[in-house]
Amino acid sequence: MVQVSPCFIEAVQLSKQVNSAEGALSILDNISFQVAAGTSLAVLGASGSGKTTLLGILAGLDLPSSGRVSFDGIDLNTLDEDGRAGLRAGSVGFVFQNFQLLQGLTAIENVMLPLELAGESNARAMARETLTRVGLASRLTHYPNQLSGGEQQRCAIARAFATRPKLLFADEPTGNLDQETGRRVIALLFELNREQGTTLIMATHDVRLAEQCDRQLYLDAGRLLRDSAQVN
Amino acid sequence: MLLNQQIQLSLRMLWRDFRSGELRILAFALIIAVGSVTAVGFFIDRVQQGMESQAAELIAADLVVASPHPLPDNYRQAALTRGLQVVDTVNFRSVILVGEKLQLVEVKAVGNGYPLRGQLRVAPTAFASEAISESIPAAGESWVEARLLQLLHIEPGATVSLGQRMLTINKVLTYEPDRGGDFFSVAPRLLINIDDVAATGLIQTGALVSYRLLIAGKRSDTVDYQGWLTTRIQTGEQLLTVNEGRPELRTALQRAQDFLALASMISVLLAGVAIATSARRFAQRHLDATAMLRCFGAAQRTVISLFGLEMLWLALLASTVGAVLGVLMQVVISQIMDQLFLTNLPLPTLKPLLLGYASGVMLLLGFAMPPLLGLRQVPPLRVLRRDLVGRGVATWQMYLTVVISMGLLLYWQIGQLRMVLFVIGGMMFAVALLTLAAYVLVRVINRLRQSVGVAWRFGLANIARRPGGSVIQIVSFGIGIMVLLLLSTVRTDLLEGWRRSLPNDAPNHFLINVQPDQVDAIQQFFKNEGMAQPLLHPMVRARLVSINDRAVNATDYQDEQAKHLVTREFNLSWSAQPQAGNTIDAGQWWKTTEHGQPLLSLESKLAQTIGVKLHDRVGFDVNGSIVQLKITNLRTVDWDSFKVNFFTVSPPGVLEQYPSSWVTSLYLTAEEKHRLSGLIKQFPNVTIIDIEAIMNRVRAIMDRLALAVEFLFLFTLLAGLAVLYAAIAANLDERRFESAILRTLGARRYLLRRGLIAEFVTLGALAGMLAGTTATALAWVLATQVFHFPYIPQPWITLVGTLVGAVGIGAAGLLGTRQVLQQPPMQTLKRT
Repeated sequence: MVQVSPCFIEAVQLSKQVNSAEGALSILDNISFQVAAGTSLAVLGASGSGKTTLLGILAGLDLPSSGRVSFDGIDLNTLDEDGRAGLRAGSVGFVFQNFQLLQGLTAIENVMLPLELAGESNARAMARETLTRVGLASRLTHYPNQLSGGEQQRCAIARAFATRPKLLFADEPTGNLDQETGRRVIALLFELNREQGTTLIMATHDVRLAEQCDRQLYLDAGRLLRDSAQVN
Repeated sequence: MLLNQQIQLSLRMLWRDFRSGELRILAFALIIAVGSVTAVGFFIDRVQQGMESQAAELIAADLVVASPHPLPDNYRQAALTRGLQVVDTVNFRSVILVGEKLQLVEVKAVGNGYPLRGQLRVAPTAFASEAISESIPAAGESWVEARLLQLLHIEPGATVSLGQRMLTINKVLTYEPDRGGDFFSVAPRLLINIDDVAATGLIQTGALVSYRLLIAGKRSDTVDYQGWLTTRIQTGEQLLTVNEGRPELRTALQRAQDFLALASMISVLLAGVAIATSARRFAQRHLDATAMLRCFGAAQRTVISLFGLEMLWLALLASTVGAVLGVLMQVVISQIMDQLFLTNLPLPTLKPLLLGYASGVMLLLGFAMPPLLGLRQVPPLRVLRRDLVGRGVATWQMYLTVVISMGLLLYWQIGQLRMVLFVIGGMMFAVALLTLAAYVLVRVINRLRQSVGVAWRFGLANIARRPGGSVIQIVSFGIGIMVLLLLSTVRTDLLEGWRRSLPNDAPNHFLINVQPDQVDAIQQFFKNEGMAQPLLHPMVRARLVSINDRAVNATDYQDEQAKHLVTREFNLSWSAQPQAGNTIDAGQWWKTTEHGQPLLSLESKLAQTIGVKLHDRVGFDVNGSIVQLKITNLRTVDWDSFKVNFFTVSPPGVLEQYPSSWVTSLYLTAEEKHRLSGLIKQFPNVTIIDIEAIMNRVRAIMDRLALAVEFLFLFTLLAGLAVLYAAIAANLDERRFESAILRTLGARRYLLRRGLIAEFVTLGALAGMLAGTTATALAWVLATQVFHFPYIPQPWITLVGTLVGAVGIGAAGLLGTRQVLQQPPMQTLKRT
C-alpha cells in the first residue's frame, strides 16, 4: 500500500475568473480546504455554482487564476500541463456525468486506455478483471452505443478504478441515469472506493448522494458557503 | 413551413454555421475548387487562343477561303463589316524567263497586309542573314527563294519576265509562314505584289489558279464569320481553319487540349473529393441541430429543404469568392505566360466565369448533398439519446449522385465523351481498388497492433478502431498522393513521350522530283559525302475514278473533306514493307509471293472518309490508264513523324511501268546542309525543301504547350492538397475529444504526438503504396490509350509513393492536428 500524507489534497485561496462580454466573471472566489487521504468529499451546489470548475482545478485539468492546489504534497502550479498529466497517469481516476467513453473503442479497450497510459504490460487482463468486477463480463467487446446508460457508466467506473488510483474525481456521476440505475452505480462506486482505499471527490447537486460522503462542501456562486467538517 | 420562411431560416443557418466555423472547410474547399476551375478555364481559354494564333501562322491567318475561281466580293465585305482584317492572295504556277533560260515557278501574289498572322523573313542575298520584313514586294518587284537564284545562276537585282510583266528580284525570301502546307510543290517560290497580276496577262480562262482570302481578327468575330460563310460556301471553295494547317500541328494541339482537359478534370474531381469529405464532417456536426429541428416539428422534407437551401447559398457565395480568386489568379498567370510566350495572350472570354459558377453549384450539390441527405434520417429521439444517428443514406445513392454530377460537369467542361468516360471509369476503378486494398491493409494493421510499443499501439489502434474512417482516409490520401505522383514523375514521362514524338533528328529536309534513273546516283552521292543514305520512295500521280466499278463523283459525298479527296490527285507509291511508324489496322500486308498483284494498302481514316473498306476495288486513272486495285489492308499512319508517308501504297511490280518521281525525307545537320549545293549542281531537276523552320515552329509550340500543361498541373496539385487537408480535418472533432480524454487520463503530449505520428505515417505509407501502384497503372492507360505514346511502367514509383506518403502525410497530419495536442483536458468535464 502506498504511504500517503494525511492531507492528500490541499486547496489554498483558489480563485478563477474568466473574461466574458460583460467583463471579468468570477467563477470561484477564494476557496480553501484540505482533503485527507482515503476520505470522500462531496462538492454540492446548484448549476453554475462552480462545482465542475473546482473539480477541474483540483484534478489539474485547469489552473486557478490565483491560489494553489497541492496534490500529495506537489504544488500543481509548478507543473506544466504534461507534468500534471504525468501525475494523473495511474494515480487519478475520473467518472463523468456523460460517461465520456470513446465511441470507437470497445468496452474493454476503453478500460485498457488508462492502464496502457500508466505503462501496464498486462492491461488487457486487468481490464477484463475490472469489467467483470462491475458486472460487464459479457459486454467486453461491445461498443459504447451498444450499451445502456447504466452499463456505460459502469464501464466508465471500471475505467476509473482499473489503475487502482489514489484519487478519484466524479462529476455528477448519476446525472444521466434513472434513479434506480443511479443508486446501483453509486453503490458500486462506493464499494470500489472502500475496497481500494481511494480518496473520492465528487461534484453533485444531489443532497442524498452527497450525504453518503464523509464530508460536504457547499458552493454558491463560486464561494464556499459551508464546509460540513467545520460545522461538525 | 412556407418557402420564404425556409429561405429566411436557411440564410440564418448559413450565417450561424459560418460564424461558428462549421462551414469554413467546406467553403474553403469550394473556393479552391471554383478558383482553380475558373483559373484553369480562363487559362485554357487564353492558351488555346494563344496557341491558335501561333498555329494560325501556318496558314498566315485565322481563316482562309480558297477557291479555283475569284472569290465573290461579299465574302470580303462580310468580313470587313465584322471588323476583320482581310487580304487576298493569288497562287499559280508559271514560268519566268531570264535571258534565254526558262524556269517553272510557284507564283504567289499578295496584297498589302500579308501575312495576317506570322511574318515574312527575307535576306539581301542568298545565305545572308535574314530579317523580318514588315512589308510585301512593291509593284514591279519580286522576292524569290534562294533555290531559284541557284537554278538560274543569277543574283538579286536581276530582272525576270513573268508573262508580260518585267519584275526585278530584289530580296531573297527565306521564310513565308503558310509555305508549309505545300511541301511537294516542285517549283521555287516567286512572291509578287497582287497589283502586278493583271499586268502579267497570265490569268486567262481555264488557267489553274488558287485564289485565297485570308481573314483574321477577334475570335468571336471569326467564329461569327465562319458561321456566316458555312451556309454560303460554293462547290469548289474550301474553308481552311487553323486546325487544318498541318497534320503535325493538329496532333500537337489535340494532345495539348487532351492534357489540359485532363488536368482540369482531375482538379474538379479532387475538389469534389475534398468537398464530399468536408460535407461528411458538416453532416456529422449537424446531427444534434437536426434532431432539435425534428423535435420542434420539422418534417424530413423541411430538414432537407433547409440544408439544401443553405448549401445553395454557400455555393453561390463561395463560387463568387472563388471566381474572383480565379480572375485574380489568371491575371497573374497571364503576366507570367506573356513573358514566357514573348507575346500578348488574347483577352479571355467570359465562358470560364460561367463555368466556374456552374461548377461551384454542381460540385456542392453533387458532392455535399449525399451526406446531408443522411440528416433526413436523424431521429428526434437523439435529443434524449445522443448515440442515435439514424440510418443514413444508402451508399449506392450517394455514389450515383456523385458520379452523375461529376459526369455532367466534366462533359460540359471538356465536351469529349470518350475522355470523360475514360477518366470517370478510371477514377471509379481506382477508388474501388484503393478501397478494397485499404480495407485489407486495415485488417492487417489490426493484427499488428498487439505486437508494437505503446505509442505505435495508440497510432495503429486509431487506424484499426475506425476501419470505415481509416479506409476513407487512406483512399483520400491515396487519391491525393496518386495525383502528386502523376504530376511529379509520370507527367514528365508523359510530356517527354509527347516531345519524343518529334525527336531532334526528325527529318528536316525533303528531296523531291527525283527521276527513277537518278535514285542510285543520289544514294551514291550521299555515300560519297559520308552522309547516311536516304531511303527513296517512288510516287505515281493518279486520280481516283471508281470504287467497286462505280464511277466516283464529288457530288456523291456530303462531307467536304471527302469531296476534296476524291477530286485531288493521289500519290500512289509502292513498297515491299510497310513504312516505319505505320500500323496495320485491318487485313494483312502482302507477302513476297503477292508482289506484282494489283493490291492496295490504304490509310484507315482516308478509307473511312471516302467510304471504302477491306476487299473493295478502287480504280485509279494513272497517266490515262485505269488501274484497278483491291484493298488488302488498312493502315494508321504516324503523320507527326515528318517522314514521307503515303495514303495509298501498292506492292512492287504493279506501278513501275508508269511515269514516277521519287521522294525522300532526311535529317541534315547545319554542316551537311551546305554540302547539298553539290547535289543541286549534279541533279538540277531535284528540289530540296528545307522544313527546319516549320519544324522549329512546331517544336516551339509543343514546348509552350508542355509549359502550359505543367503550369495547369500546379492547380491540380493545390486541389490534391485540399483533399489531403479535408481528409485530415475530417475526423478532427473526434480526435480533439479523444485527445482531451487521453490527457485527462494522464497521457503526456509526447505520447499523443508519437501516437499521431505513428498513425499518420502508417496511413500515409499505406496510401502512398497504393497510390504509387495506381498512378503507374493510370499513367500506362493514359499513355497507351489516350495519348498514344509508348510508356514503360516504373515500379520504383510505388516505393517513392510509400516514402512520400509516410513522410508527407506524417508531417501534414501532425501539422494539421497540432491543435488536437493543445486541447485542454478540461473540455472533458465541460462537454455534455
